[in-house]
Amino acid sequence: MNYTSRANNYPLYIRSVPTQNELKFHYTVHTSLDVVEEKISAVGKSLGDQRELYLGLLYPTEDYKVYGYVTNSKVKFVIVVDSSNTSLRDNEIRSMFRKLHNSFTDVMCNPFHNPGDQIQSKAFDGIVSGMMVQTG
Amino acid sequence: MTYSLRVSRKCRGDTGPIDTTQLHTQALTKKPVFVCHFHGVLPLTHMECQEEKPIIYTMENKPIVTCAGDQSVFTSLYTSLAQQLPREPMEWRRTYGRAPKMIHLEANFVQFKEELLPKEGNKALLTFPFLHIYWTDCCDTEVYKGSVKEDMMRWQNSLRAHGSADWVIVVVETNDNKKKNKTNILPRSSIVDKIRSDFCNKQNDRCVVLSDPLKDSSRSQESWNSLLLKLRTLLLMSFTKNLGRFEDDMRTLREKRTQPGWSFCEYFMVQEELAFVFEMLQQFEDALVQYDELDALFTQYVLNFGAGDAANWLGSFCAPVRSWSGLLLRRPIDMEKRDGIQRGEASLLDLRSYLFSRQCTLLIFLQRPWEVTQRALELLHNCVQELRLLEVTVLEGALDCWVFLSCLEVLHRIEGCCDQAQLAANCSHTVGLWAYATDKLKSLGEHCGLVSEKGPTSEDLNRTVDLLAGLGDERPETVNSLQSPYKKLKEALSSMEAFERHYLELSHAAMEMYRAIGRLRSARLVGKSLAEFYMRKGDPERAETFLQEALKSYVSEGWSLPVTHTRRQIAECQKLLARTDDYLQTSALLAGDVNLTMEERKHFCQEILTFADKSGDPSHKVTLGMGVFTQLTRLQFCPATASVHSGAVLQVELTLRCLMPVSVRIQQLAASIHFDLERGGTNGRSKVAQRQTNPGTVEFLQADSTEAPPFSVAGPPLELDEIQDRSPSDNSLNSAGVVCKNTHLVMRRHDSNSPLDTVNCVSPPAVAIKEGGQMLKVQDVTLQPGNNNIIFTAPSGQPGTYTLRQLYATVGRVQFVLPHIYPSVQYEVYSQEPQLTVEPSSEPLLAGLPQRVKFTLLTGHYAVKKGDALQLSNTDTMPILPSTSCTACISNPAAELVGESVLSIQSSEKVTSISLPPTPPYHTLEFQLEVLCVIPPGTDRSTNERLTNGEVRHRPRSYSHPDTPMTAIDQRMSIDCPWSIYSTLLALTFYIPFKTKHSLLSAGNRKYIQVCVQNVSDVNFTLAEVKLTEKQHALLELQSLNTKTQQLLCSKHSVFCLWEVRWKDDLPSCLQCVFSADFSPFNQDISTFKPFYYQFQLERVTTLYSVRAKILPPAGEQYCRSGLLCGLEVCMTRLTEPAEGEIAEDSKTDTDSLKTTKLMYEVADSSSNWAVCGKSSGMVLMPVAARATHKVQIEVMPLFAGHLPFPKIKVLKYMPHTAAVAIQPDPDSCVENDSLSLLDKTLDDQTDTASIRSRGSVHSVGSGDQQQKGVAMPRLEPFSPGQVFNHSNMQQVLVLPSTDDHIMEVNAT
Repeated sequence: MNYTSRANNYPLYIRSVPTQNELKFHYTVHTSLDVVEEKISAVGKSLGDQRELYLGLLYPTEDYKVYGYVTNSKVKFVIVVDSSNTSLRDNEIRSMFRKLHNSFTDVMCNPFHNPGDQIQSKAFDGIVSGMMVQTG
Repeated sequence: MTYSLRVSRKCRGDTGPIDTTQLHTQALTKKPVFVCHFHGVLPLTHMECQEEKPIIYTMENKPIVTCAGDQSVFTSLYTSLAQQLPREPMEWRRTYGRAPKMIHLEANFVQFKEELLPKEGNKALLTFPFLHIYWTDCCDTEVYKGSVKEDMMRWQNSLRAHGSADWVIVVVETNDNKKKNKTNILPRSSIVDKIRSDFCNKQNDRCVVLSDPLKDSSRSQESWNSLLLKLRTLLLMSFTKNLGRFEDDMRTLREKRTQPGWSFCEYFMVQEELAFVFEMLQQFEDALVQYDELDALFTQYVLNFGAGDAANWLGSFCAPVRSWSGLLLRRPIDMEKRDGIQRGEASLLDLRSYLFSRQCTLLIFLQRPWEVTQRALELLHNCVQELRLLEVTVLEGALDCWVFLSCLEVLHRIEGCCDQAQLAANCSHTVGLWAYATDKLKSLGEHCGLVSEKGPTSEDLNRTVDLLAGLGDERPETVNSLQSPYKKLKEALSSMEAFERHYLELSHAAMEMYRAIGRLRSARLVGKSLAEFYMRKGDPERAETFLQEALKSYVSEGWSLPVTHTRRQIAECQKLLARTDDYLQTSALLAGDVNLTMEERKHFCQEILTFADKSGDPSHKVTLGMGVFTQLTRLQFCPATASVHSGAVLQVELTLRCLMPVSVRIQQLAASIHFDLERGGTNGRSKVAQRQTNPGTVEFLQADSTEAPPFSVAGPPLELDEIQDRSPSDNSLNSAGVVCKNTHLVMRRHDSNSPLDTVNCVSPPAVAIKEGGQMLKVQDVTLQPGNNNIIFTAPSGQPGTYTLRQLYATVGRVQFVLPHIYPSVQYEVYSQEPQLTVEPSSEPLLAGLPQRVKFTLLTGHYAVKKGDALQLSNTDTMPILPSTSCTACISNPAAELVGESVLSIQSSEKVTSISLPPTPPYHTLEFQLEVLCVIPPGTDRSTNERLTNGEVRHRPRSYSHPDTPMTAIDQRMSIDCPWSIYSTLLALTFYIPFKTKHSLLSAGNRKYIQVCVQNVSDVNFTLAEVKLTEKQHALLELQSLNTKTQQLLCSKHSVFCLWEVRWKDDLPSCLQCVFSADFSPFNQDISTFKPFYYQFQLERVTTLYSVRAKILPPAGEQYCRSGLLCGLEVCMTRLTEPAEGEIAEDSKTDTDSLKTTKLMYEVADSSSNWAVCGKSSGMVLMPVAARATHKVQIEVMPLFAGHLPFPKIKVLKYMPHTAAVAIQPDPDSCVENDSLSLLDKTLDDQTDTASIRSRGSVHSVGSGDQQQKGVAMPRLEPFSPGQVFNHSNMQQVLVLPSTDDHIMEVNAT
């Protein structure tokens, strides 16, 4: 249900609940990168550096809603939510992303973390798990 | 009661007002009003129009304006009125803060009838008359009063009865009328005034005058304008008022939605009415808002249902879906569905479809077709979700049908209103629908058994029939079109071939579009889906292409799960295609894939092993990349230098990380070696400059395929270098920068050429196995999962550089190959020439004593055989001492002792032969020999003379060494070695432990010889048998005055020995003496004494002159007193007859008459005890004869009191310049000349008379030519020690202090 990727589109962190359909999530998220890139390049042309990090709904599918978020250093966050989950509004998704971003920044600040490695941080795990529990 | 306005286009009269009879007022009870614009503005409708028959409901709707009063007047004005009304836009101010709009007003003018007025509670807006006009051209008061007023009253009353306040009275004035009724003419205003006063009590503006409307005059135009303005204003006022009222009612209704019995469908109809009106007013935006609001409201109800709050009316929407005929967007209004909604019988799909078709229509009016596609996709997803949420029973596959049809319908609709270029440019908006349709068709195909190899079963056919039944009949609009979605779906479900055709068409269309807009990942996902389709169809070949493409993308971006999944599909393809090599490669990858379960991994591993063990055609070998099977992580050399001599053992330990889930037995593991001849040189130890911190170990970086790719993240480290660009002319710096040396690695594209690809290579790499070369081989290894260490013994036969190139692991018929070992691993084998060194076993080597020297033989590549011997050329100066037991030690390269053996040494006269024990190559043979370096007797000069024996042999050269006070001697040895035809020359440095000096001492005529032996070494010696011998004169007796026979000579100490010389007849002027002594290191046995010789020569031994001095106290004094002059009488006496040589030497040319020799005397007191008064030196002419005496008186004055030593008296030979001819001009004489000239000056000062003769020559020398110096120079020559004996040397005389001297000087130092 949740995923983090980085500039080169290598996955840094993927977490999904439930796990039995993980593969489908992976495919979905991977495909969503197309739209993320499209949005980044579209935004890059029009607005200068004052970019909104939240990309909004990338695209809907029958089962999921895929939301995107890109940091200034082109680290991509993607959240996939079940379509039937109607309790999540845009604002909530936005704040989830902001939380993720903050936590990600903390991970990057860890001097023992090698940028580019997969994220193995308990704090980050905790944040993500918290959000997943919250969203159900 | 509502009216349905059915006005076909044809009957739309443009010649006159529409009569109510024409209006076709069918009293269709509860029939809704159809509103549809058919403007002709939008190309879409045109096209559709041409394609299909005009739709019966098509009509143009306008706000209704009723006309009462004189119909003929209105009829005459209708045309221009209808034309001019919409000409000018009007600003419509809106309530609720909505933005004002400019609006062109049109109107349907209908004859006033009372039935047209809406009844109480009627919600219909479309048929609502917004304005009522009363026309009259009455200008006659009578007529007005008679009939018109009455009519107006009736009209007013009926309006008032219906609460309508939107009316206006138009009074048309024409000149004709006036002329016609001249008699009754009232002032024009009067009629109008009357009307105003009668009807418009406070609303004067409700009565308008239109003057001469049919004339083309400015006045007419003006009145027209004011009429139109008035009409527009009033219309808008009416709109605002009536719509506002309607909206309020509608809101009220909406607020009641929580009440039981509230029906969404009813409300829907109400709000749609508003939408219709907005649409009628061409306010499409507002109309759309109404639908969107309805949409949102409905959505909210569905969501609430999901949350457990079910509204009653929703029940009808929860009915099972029976029809899934898809969206219908070709009609402006889908009446069937609308009816259904109105009746409350519509299903959810019906409602959604209808709502969307309306939204679509409006959006297309608004020229926003791309929003249609976007909304369509949302709608379709949403509907699927909503049905799920409401738990509506739907036949399986029915929704797929519905979605598929809807997608195509939307696409058709969009294609209908856009040209090809527009479509191509906006496929990003449509591609989602294409993909969705593809997806749905695929699942339909699967559902109906159309994707299998065998074809549909009867069950499948039943399902198909059920699905087709739900489609119903084709809509009349598309019956005639060939490519309707309906037809497509029916066809696709009819047969496998048709399905495949349609499915492929859609898939390719979707992929093309994705590619065109750069969504490659999406395209690949579609491709993957297509591949799955092919797999089901049993066409793995096509499937693989798509899968490979997708895999490439996943691999390059490091998505491990999709990689694993796709790879497994590929493996399936390859297995079906019987592409063994590829299949095995993929299997190997999968076997090492941690994303798979252990069982799956084992399965794939077993696949490889099964193939490997198959006893098929042995020539069919499969070569696979090593990286998938096992990874080389570390390589370690032993010894760590990775450099050995040829033939030595070099071990290479490989650490392999086996990725297989089970242990694998490998028949052979081999590494091929590239051999480079002699690049490292023969003894290239220094060449092995290990870059690694850990010597001898090479770590291999692994691109770990299972984790996130580290290579692409960090990339290879940059190798940066500084560059400086200097100008060629003056070498000034133009620019400086940093250059990356490995750009080819750093800058390489990640998606295609990343190193990851080579690891995860989809197809096996084209590995060229370079056979034939040397190999590191290990047979029968079992690799356990995880790290394995394998030790190879590297070949080290030929000297040179060996580079490890490839690594092979052979498992039956499968060979895993690592095509290139990087970083490159090398080891060196060198060959070494045999080397013989000799070094002292203890420093320093002392000459004269037996010393041990160590012979070290590094055999190098030479194997010492039995019988090999070293031939040492013997020398006299350094004999090799035979020793009883001489043991040779043999040690291996690791400096471990491997053997000992006794050497046999045979000495002949010239050669000492040392037989060597057999020694393997690259071993060290060590033995020690005792040698003795003979100390060369005497000084350098004498030894040189002694060794001139004509033999061509090296003479040991002695020299003083800077580090030690000892004199060093280099001894060279010439050794003939069995491995070389050339002799080996080796040098040893010995040190002489002693320094020996001799001196001649005289006492009158008696002579003594003293020898001083100084021990300069660090060793204490015992000195014995000290002897001095004279070689030439037998009669000469040397009497030893030494008492001890043995003497200790400590380090850094000296021993003095003294002999008296006694002779019988004559003392020879030259003595050849040899000092000899035996010495041995202190505390050693007597047998170890070694002789020591010191040879020297003494010349001019005989005493020629004796000098006696006498101090004579001043006259009358018994003693000398300080400060008083006293006389010094020097008496020089010749003691001997002139010898032969002496005459020849000293006075050859000076023998004019009498043999004389010139002596120079000099009195000098160095200790300042004496002051020499008058001349202190002088020349004496001395006859060369015995007993010849010469006395000299000199006045001296003692300066102190006490026992003063006599002043020194020097006697020197004076050689006149004439005598110098015979003397060889050697540099020594010059020095003496200098001293002489100095001396001459002092003589001058003291006004010496005796030297006048020589003065001129001295001066002439000073100013004369330098070349004549040696010839003309007179010179002084000292006598040899012993030639002059001074009797008064060290004699003292008592000097009394001067009488008046009261001052006593005491010096205490």
